[in-house]
Amino acid sequence: MLEPLKPVSRGAKIVLGAAFFVLFFAAWALATFGGLIDGMFLKDPLYTLRIGWDLFAEFDFIQDVGVTIWRVIGGFILAAIVAVPLGIAMGAFKPVEAFFEPFVSFARYLPASAFIPLLILWAGVGETQKLLVIFIGSVFQIILMVAVIVGSTRRDLIEAAYTLGADSAGIVRRVMLPGAAPQIAECLRLVLGWAWTYVIVAELVGSSSGIGHMIMDSQRLLDTGQMIFGIFCIGVIGLVSDLAFKWANQRLYPWAF
Amino acid sequence: MGFLRVESVTRTFPGVADGPPTQALDRTDLSVEDNDFISILGPSGCGKSTLLRIVAGLDVPSSGRVMLDGEPVSRPGPDRGMVFQSYTLFPWLTVRQNILFGPRATDAAVDALIARVGLRGFENHFPKMLSGGMQQRTALARALANDPKILLLDEPFGALDHQTRSLMQELLLGIWEADRKTVLFVTHDVDEAIFMANRVAVMSVRPGRIKAETRIDLPHPRHYTVKTSPEFSRYKAELTEQIRAEAVKAAQMESV
Repeated sequence: MLEPLKPVSRGAKIVLGAAFFVLFFAAWALATFGGLIDGMFLKDPLYTLRIGWDLFAEFDFIQDVGVTIWRVIGGFILAAIVAVPLGIAMGAFKPVEAFFEPFVSFARYLPASAFIPLLILWAGVGETQKLLVIFIGSVFQIILMVAVIVGSTRRDLIEAAYTLGADSAGIVRRVMLPGAAPQIAECLRLVLGWAWTYVIVAELVGSSSGIGHMIMDSQRLLDTGQMIFGIFCIGVIGLVSDLAFKWANQRLYPWAF
Repeated sequence: MGFLRVESVTRTFPGVADGPPTQALDRTDLSVEDNDFISILGPSGCGKSTLLRIVAGLDVPSSGRVMLDGEPVSRPGPDRGMVFQSYTLFPWLTVRQNILFGPRATDAAVDALIARVGLRGFENHFPKMLSGGMQQRTALARALANDPKILLLDEPFGALDHQTRSLMQELLLGIWEADRKTVLFVTHDVDEAIFMANRVAVMSVRPGRIKAETRIDLPHPRHYTVKTSPEFSRYKAELTEQIRAEAVKAAQMESV
């Protein structure tokens, strides 16, 4: 019945995808309502949902969500503005790559979370510090991925463009960029997912707003329901942004899908 | 004096991993008149693609030079239109946009070319929606759209099935008979070389050079039935003999 790479129908795909969510909640409900896990460690799904409602209705949680989204997008856009052009230059021109690549490869392994104490010292606990954490976490990854994508432009397409009169600038602008654009968008989608991890880490330390801050507060009150709801919210936002990114890619680059 | 002159062109590739260097071309000479159609015939690995790439400016000779219309060739340019064996349409551009890619392509000329290569109705398709034959027809139109001085074809129909290949040969020949554009056509297919060309240059294997040239005196316009005529068979027998000797040499070199 299971054949490698055999496609699945659209209907079956949706049913299968939804089925796992159902299974997941069923297991959660069974574990909590069935008394298998102490309520102090894991609240049941209904309580979590109710406390989530309270968070929005009474504690202005929507503001925290908004602040967190703003930080992720802000830091991510800053990183993309620096990284995408640099990555393109590295991918297209080998001397540029030789100059930056060793340092960027090294910097990529510097964990963004390890910079938090330093960044607090440099930039305080304000928004700048939060944006910088996300920036540091994303920028080196994007640079390297974009450089690889652009560098793997098909050689025969470049040669064809040369015989059609393109010069170096034309090769980059008319062949490398349009050819790499869908993959660059995919890379940004991937890194945006990682940026969500960095923002929460940044908000867990020295913050007075945001989803991470709410989770930290809930820990002090021993409210596992709120903590789980906060984590859940991040998952939902991540899923929505991912779908939006995918949708936009398919509209923008119909030739690639 | 030719319109295109390949003068004593040598091309040596450095050896891989300290191996000995490979001499792909050895003092190759070739002269092509304006409006002529020349096939370069040779077994795989004889350096015929290298020769074409040097004429295109995509590769540089180790020594010797290429002159086109009195000017030395040093870099690629739209005056030498090229069609490759691999499918090289830009996947993000439609058929029409692909043909418009070059600097001298005009809207009116593109419309005429689309009709000529039989792609009307497919102008706004992306390459991935086209068959191999249609992609190569688009690539041919894209090269012609710049009104090049010479058309360089590197086994352009090599990846197509036999029937499509025959139709493409007739299409290209029809275009040549109407325009008399200078063409340099690289192939390893004897039938194709004879059917298309006024002159067939057979290349020897490593180091490659032009071993013999045969004038093909078949009248134009050529109909596909010419392929079964006695004259055609005579040319085929002669060229098959020449290329066979090279193929045997190539096989022996590989087995060493």
